[in-house]
Amino acid sequence: MDKNILLGHGSGGVMTHDLISDLFVKYFHNELLETQTDSAVLQIASNIISFTTDSFVVDPIFFPGGNIGKLAIAGTVNDLAVSGAKPKYLSCGFIIEEGFSIGELEKIVKTMAEEAKKAGVKIVTGDTKVVNRGKCDKVYINTTGVGELSENRKDIGTGVNIEAGDKIIINGSIADHGMSIMASREGLNFSAEIESDCACLNHMIQKALDVSDKIKFMRDATRGGLATVLCELATDRNYGIEINEEDIVVKENVRGICELLGFDPLYVANEGKVVIVVASEDAEEVLEAIRSDEYGKDAAIIGEVTDIHHGRAWLNTGIGGRRIIDMLAGEQLPRIC
Amino acid sequence: MKYIDEYRDKDLVQKLVAQIKKKSKKPISLMEVCGGHTMSIQKFGIPYLLPDTVKLISGPGCPVCVSSNSFIDRAIAYSRLDDVIITTYGDLIRVPGSTSSLDKEKAKGADIRIVYSILDALTIAKSNRGKRVVFLGIGFETTAPGSAAGILKAQMAGLKNFFVFSSHKIMPPAMEALIDEGVKIDGYIAPGHVTTITGTSIYKDIPEKFGLGCVVSGFEPVDLLTAILMLVVQIENNDPKVEIAYKRVVKPEGNVKAQEILYEVFELRDDWWRGLGILPKSGLKIREKYQMHDAEVMVPVEVEPVKEWKGCICGEVLKGLKNPKECKLFGKVCTPANPVGACMVSNEGSCHAYYRYNK
Repeated sequence: MDKNILLGHGSGGVMTHDLISDLFVKYFHNELLETQTDSAVLQIASNIISFTTDSFVVDPIFFPGGNIGKLAIAGTVNDLAVSGAKPKYLSCGFIIEEGFSIGELEKIVKTMAEEAKKAGVKIVTGDTKVVNRGKCDKVYINTTGVGELSENRKDIGTGVNIEAGDKIIINGSIADHGMSIMASREGLNFSAEIESDCACLNHMIQKALDVSDKIKFMRDATRGGLATVLCELATDRNYGIEINEEDIVVKENVRGICELLGFDPLYVANEGKVVIVVASEDAEEVLEAIRSDEYGKDAAIIGEVTDIHHGRAWLNTGIGGRRIIDMLAGEQLPRIC
Repeated sequence: MKYIDEYRDKDLVQKLVAQIKKKSKKPISLMEVCGGHTMSIQKFGIPYLLPDTVKLISGPGCPVCVSSNSFIDRAIAYSRLDDVIITTYGDLIRVPGSTSSLDKEKAKGADIRIVYSILDALTIAKSNRGKRVVFLGIGFETTAPGSAAGILKAQMAGLKNFFVFSSHKIMPPAMEALIDEGVKIDGYIAPGHVTTITGTSIYKDIPEKFGLGCVVSGFEPVDLLTAILMLVVQIENNDPKVEIAYKRVVKPEGNVKAQEILYEVFELRDDWWRGLGILPKSGLKIREKYQMHDAEVMVPVEVEPVKEWKGCICGEVLKGLKNPKECKLFGKVCTPANPVGACMVSNEGSCHAYYRYNK
């Protein structure tokens, strides 16, 4: 096989076929994909499905703690899992820039296969396009996922059942992913390397769902960070939210870079963090279940849903002050002085 | 985190708050001059901790906010030149000019790059000899020495394609102009980083001529509350003076080396400030000796006529005369996502900070 992707790899001819069988089918192999038909035929146990799609264009494509492939699997698996669904099948579309290294592509595909296996999902259909040099940046990936959902969990995604007094849990430190990307992009790794938290959370979430049927809301705190999830929840459900800065974990090296650049970690992206709202009486049990998982060791109850200041999220600051958390207008930009 | 957590210590904060509550008798307004202070005050929720007698108002210390539309317009005009790369600190990217902004120009294809330091801009100039690289020099005495050092380095390296477009300003004229204009304040929380460079002598007129206290503060809650406490004590004892509540960084004489570099490269000129108008000797112009790196001289460009927004009260907000909420545009037409006035653009702008944390 050539060392670099050529336009011919997207032609639909022999080169495409070779790429598919030598790379994608080789690593993603499963009985559904191997049929190589126009569409995968799936069997689903439930009559409610959860269905989601996401595209990944991250730069750099390799970063401490993961790569674009790991993100593409975890992102979609997590979107299904936080909706209360059991992730089952993924599709996977690649848009590749002419000249991209096949070695790097192989690394990405291998990571995707490993992540999918860990998460217990199958990649059952896919697509490959090659675009002229300069028309995309190395490689873009789209994944779409289907998960099985049961009747009693179908409202977890919207949080319609949240009530004042419910507890808010997050499964660990925030801002790792965003600052890892920022640091590798800007060459700012002056202290210990910051690793992205990118991970499939479906097994951890299952552990939580196993111990409680009073989990009322889940959302992964990706772009826009923890703050955005809380603002969305407060506005959409018209409840108040109150969280305590003291209970939110931010790793030392992450805090350092945030301080340096003037970033607020509450708004920085995560790729392995879920915000869970659970009835107060089940909160400790759910917390324990999450903590028993490798991705939830630092989980904590960070606040609660309130019946005051409806539609607003408030932060009790670490020094005893208080302020509103609002949505970010655009990208966070470094401050000048 | 070392050197930070000590200054965010809850017990210490509570002790300072108790002291302020105990000492503060008459109602006072203190102005934090620096945009970084505005940010910290809001981020840590400090107003919530203060007694009703102590009111904080935001001053003109957000460099982005006080810059004129004509500065942004000229930067935009530069960005439209085919052979120009604009290098800038992040905050300027979204600032609205008369009809466009740098991020809109970037989307249209202009080569505009965010840098963290002028040194990054020099590197870009070195590796793009066929292009003219314009660095947008913005900020007060804090960032100006950096720009000066950049110009000196460019001179030494013979980087003929490197230019600085200076909107640099100095702080004291604005602080005095505010008092002259009748802004009702009882004391200044003076900027920590500016004073690190300048030293405290620049404030000596404020207690002497105007009878107002001036305490230099750092950016952590303990710094700010210490400065507030010192000002409260000064005011209650009717003893206005210049003090430092940020001694771990600020020396009375400042950073002499940085001052030398600053005035080696720059000289004072009259400059326009949003809300304050033209203030004599308040801006920093690149000296003739270094004009080969002065964009205003070396990169001629046609600039569209300046349009200022109607109804925007950024000027009054900057002077501390009005609260952002009193603006008809605030939160409706003018939001962080769609800023009309400059105070809504920068994180440090009073309107932006007010919108985000108090809306």
